[in-house]
Amino acid sequence: MDNLSVEHLTGIKDLTRNDIELIFKTADSFKEVINRPIKKVPSLRDITIANLFFENSTRTRLSFELAEKRLSADVINFSASSSSVKKGETLIDTVNNILAMKVDMVVMRHPNPGAAKFLSERIGAKVVNAGDGTHEHPTQALLDAFSIRERLGSVEGKKVVIVGDILHSRVALSNIYCLQKLGAEVMVCGPTTLIPKYIHELGVKVEHNLRAALEWCDVANMLRIQLERQEIKYFPSLREYSMQFGLTKEILDSLSKEIIVMHPGPINRGVEITSDVADSKQSVILQQVENGVAIRMAVIYLLASKIDR
Amino acid sequence: MEKQTILNTRHFELTLNRLCYELIETHSDFSNTVLIGLQPRGINVVKRLKIQLEAILKKEIVCGNLDITFYRDDFRRREKSIIPSTTNIDFVIENKNVVLIDDVLYTGRTIRSGLDALLAFGRPNKVELLTLIDRRFQRDLPIQANYVGKAIDTLLSERVSVEWKEIEGEDKIVLYTPENNG
Repeated sequence: MDNLSVEHLTGIKDLTRNDIELIFKTADSFKEVINRPIKKVPSLRDITIANLFFENSTRTRLSFELAEKRLSADVINFSASSSSVKKGETLIDTVNNILAMKVDMVVMRHPNPGAAKFLSERIGAKVVNAGDGTHEHPTQALLDAFSIRERLGSVEGKKVVIVGDILHSRVALSNIYCLQKLGAEVMVCGPTTLIPKYIHELGVKVEHNLRAALEWCDVANMLRIQLERQEIKYFPSLREYSMQFGLTKEILDSLSKEIIVMHPGPINRGVEITSDVADSKQSVILQQVENGVAIRMAVIYLLASKIDR
Repeated sequence: MEKQTILNTRHFELTLNRLCYELIETHSDFSNTVLIGLQPRGINVVKRLKIQLEAILKKEIVCGNLDITFYRDDFRRREKSIIPSTTNIDFVIENKNVVLIDDVLYTGRTIRSGLDALLAFGRPNKVELLTLIDRRFQRDLPIQANYVGKAIDTLLSERVSVEWKEIEGEDKIVLYTPENNG
């Protein structure tokens, strides 16, 4: 019997290794549940969850919604494009209005870093961060590490390289925290302009040569170039980026060992990863998506167990 | 804490043996019957019954484990959450005769959750309940076992512990009574 040490999931930074392991152990059980003929348990039938998406999302939002429904929670959805945010309402007002409808938990994606933490300090409901700007995306990091654990047996001692736009990536930051807490070594790889200046202070290695990075690692997590967050040009062209940092079957086959390829999605086929790599047996991209539902069920279940009656 | 042995090793073995023959009486060759143990302690009963039944019938008995954590009715009513155990049912229970198995039947709430959890695996033809110990007169729900190892009368403050050779070193069932029990 155990509990999470946190009241909200705003970032991996706040979690202990025990928390992460508890989430994984719970997710193991939920993974079994979602492979049953009837993929649903009644645990959260008296809980209402609001999914607030102030930024576009397809897979994360579907994954959360599915996780909530498979736990039998009542779910309401909200997206910024169709809301009063456009009419000038503040975040707190929007959320308080939703909470007035007796919501127990809020899953939020927001373009501003720190939005989830800000909210968690001001409202009574539990908050789950589904991505806050360029800051953190905790459930993605958890499902990535869970997928590594599933494929390689454990995360401890493994070498993971995160390739691509580290500067704008919340997935990268959450992954670094999560993997390090579980005892893995982390390297980041990308063009100099897309690697934050002080990232080595987090204890990660920095490499600018993709082949060297891939020779070092057991797992390569290929990130998408987030053009929507880039206000200036960080590299001459996508074609040049792809030639230097795109993962192709030729490179993959020429490595001295077989590595695992991950991608948080959405994939830009032919940019950071070619189609034949994305669809190869070394790729765990679709397992990541499946594990995402189990991980989110575990997070929601464990946080919901702390809601006062 | 006062300790009283309800079943010693010899009676433990006799009881399991009798339960096997009671099961055979109803299910004859087990061609359409499966045994499902409730996690965490019911699976020990299943393991032992499986060995004995297979020795008697000379055929494989289909068994599974069922975890009921997510079906409990006390979620958010407990101080701490319960870490789930594994469910392992790799067969279809549709139209099967299912014998649910636990070590101690007490309030009946676990069995209620177990029935709910079971339905996620299909619609069984029939569900029966087997328990090693029945703490009768303590039920919160209208649930009765079909096969009972031993029925005992207990107080709310007492605790029944089923101990196994493989885990605790000896097969026995012990009743613990607090000293200041009135």
